[in-house]
Amino acid sequence: MGRLELQKISLKLNGKPILKNINIDFWEGYIHAIVGPNGAGKSTLAFTIMGLEGYRSFEGDILFKGLSLKDLSIDERAKRGITLAWQEPARYEGLRIKDFLASAAREKSEKNISDTLIKVGMEPTEYLKRALDKTLSGGERKKIEIASILVMEPELVLLDEPDSGIDIESLEKIFEIIQLLKKKKTTVILITHSLAVLKQADHAFLMCHGDIIDKGETKKIIPYFENKCIPCGHKNFPNQEERKNGE
Amino acid sequence: MGNDQKLARDLVKTTEVEENILTNKEIAHLFIHHNKVLTSHLLPGLDVKTEERKDGVKVDIVLKENTVIKRPVHLCFGMLPKEGVQRIILRADIKRNSKISVLAHCAFPNAVNVKHIMDGKIKVREEAEYSYFERHIHGKEGGVKVYPKALIELGRGAKFKTEFELLKGRVGLIDIDYQTTCGEKSVMEMNARINGTGDDVIKIKESGFLQGEYSRGVLTSRVALRDRARAEIYNKMTATAAYARGHVDCKEIVQDKGFASAIPVVEVKHPKAHVTHEAAIGSVDTKQLQTLMSRGLSEDEAVELIIQGLLS
Ligand SMILES: Nc1ncnc2c1ncn2[C@@H]1O[C@H](COP(=O)(O)OP(=O)(O)O)[C@@H](O)[C@H]1O
Ligand SMILES: [Mg+2]
Repeated sequence: MGRLELQKISLKLNGKPILKNINIDFWEGYIHAIVGPNGAGKSTLAFTIMGLEGYRSFEGDILFKGLSLKDLSIDERAKRGITLAWQEPARYEGLRIKDFLASAAREKSEKNISDTLIKVGMEPTEYLKRALDKTLSGGERKKIEIASILVMEPELVLLDEPDSGIDIESLEKIFEIIQLLKKKKTTVILITHSLAVLKQADHAFLMCHGDIIDKGETKKIIPYFENKCIPCGHKNFPNQEERKNGE
Repeated sequence: MGNDQKLARDLVKTTEVEENILTNKEIAHLFIHHNKVLTSHLLPGLDVKTEERKDGVKVDIVLKENTVIKRPVHLCFGMLPKEGVQRIILRADIKRNSKISVLAHCAFPNAVNVKHIMDGKIKVREEAEYSYFERHIHGKEGGVKVYPKALIELGRGAKFKTEFELLKGRVGLIDIDYQTTCGEKSVMEMNARINGTGDDVIKIKESGFLQGEYSRGVLTSRVALRDRARAEIYNKMTATAAYARGHVDCKEIVQDKGFASAIPVVEVKHPKAHVTHEAAIGSVDTKQLQTLMSRGLSEDEAVELIIQGLLS
């Protein structure tokens, strides 16, 4: 059961409340989206689920397959099957792409690693021995990040803004990978403020100012997000009047 | 002689090269154990004279003009016993327009109290190319003290590249002092990559003097420190000629109670010269570490992979 339950999650950063009593049940095997404007708290929520440093003293509980993740380190959570792809992937020095991917891979053969690079649209002969460093473009690093998720074969993945810094062609690849992950029964959580990415999801949670203000099938969430959130003048506060009126 | 051959083979085994370098006629080699020359093989144009001394060997290398040695020459300076002093005096004269690359294996795999002193003077003449890769193989005890010292002079258009590497075994103490003087249009590159653990002590002093017009030089050091290891890095580039270009780059990763100081010094004494520097000392980058951990690596495995990359 790759089910992830967030129970009454609240988190303050530097004394400021960023996540406010969040309750979400992510069903296993679906593509979910946490969608909302910049600054809503989406990345903070993803970092809290992954257990990154600085995001561990939250209130509430996180259950994965019924077991609490609260006291687990990042790698222990990863061993349980949870992983995260960063919006802006890390740059290393000297670490070869091949070694990076092998370190993440469940099946570490060079063939598996090459095949995965091809899946994200990268030519293995060109990239395997290259370093994962600043000489790669943001888009290339992003695709390698996704490749490292694929080889890991996780049960649940958080993809933070998977389209950022990506050209249109590569975006198609990323969308293919998202569907491929679903096919492999991985639970996918897309963290996004982009309509195109939201459309990849089966199910969405609308986040605004640290709060989940709506949830449901993606087709239900899209109109509100498109017509209200994108042009919103409330600087990341939900319009209380409209909410009262039941919109 | 049979004994020497066996000792030479034992030394080869401690390195990562194939044993056939001792028998392959296309590959030149010189193997020294403590103060004794075990075996050597030379090629046309490459003259090597050796003089065995009380605590080491004096080696004179001359590469004749217009000679190109295609495959790397393997030198080995080793000591298999636990204790002793080895002093190598190395003189190399790489004549005009010739080219050679040397792989020096410094093997002290069983050292408990071994001192290895290298005193090098190297001349790379006009348009000649010399590269010198020094790989150290130390034991787990850290009982080695290594003092590599070299003065290098580059003629017009000469190219010189050196790399000092200690990736396996404990450092013990390493005290490097390399100085290179660069003539017109010459190119110099000096790199040191060292992994310190336990109570290792690493001192690196690399100096480059860009004295000729259009000369170029890069000094790079990469050091990883764990436990209580310490490092002092002093890299200095001085440019005194027009259009000289230089760069100094030090990067140190410090974990646990390791301690590093890095002083990149840049001196420019000509308005048309240009030298830059970069220095960074820090613990492992958090995002790098957290990414690898989120793929299932333990913190130690992640740090190891990051450090291997940095030192590669
Ligand atoms: N370390 C921090 N200290 C204080 N506020 C922070 C910190 N990190 C993020 N924030 C704030 O938390 C809010 C949510 O940020 P984030 O989770 O990055 O939003 P999103 O990913 O939805 O764009 C923003 O207002 C941001 O400024
Ligand atoms: Mg974000």
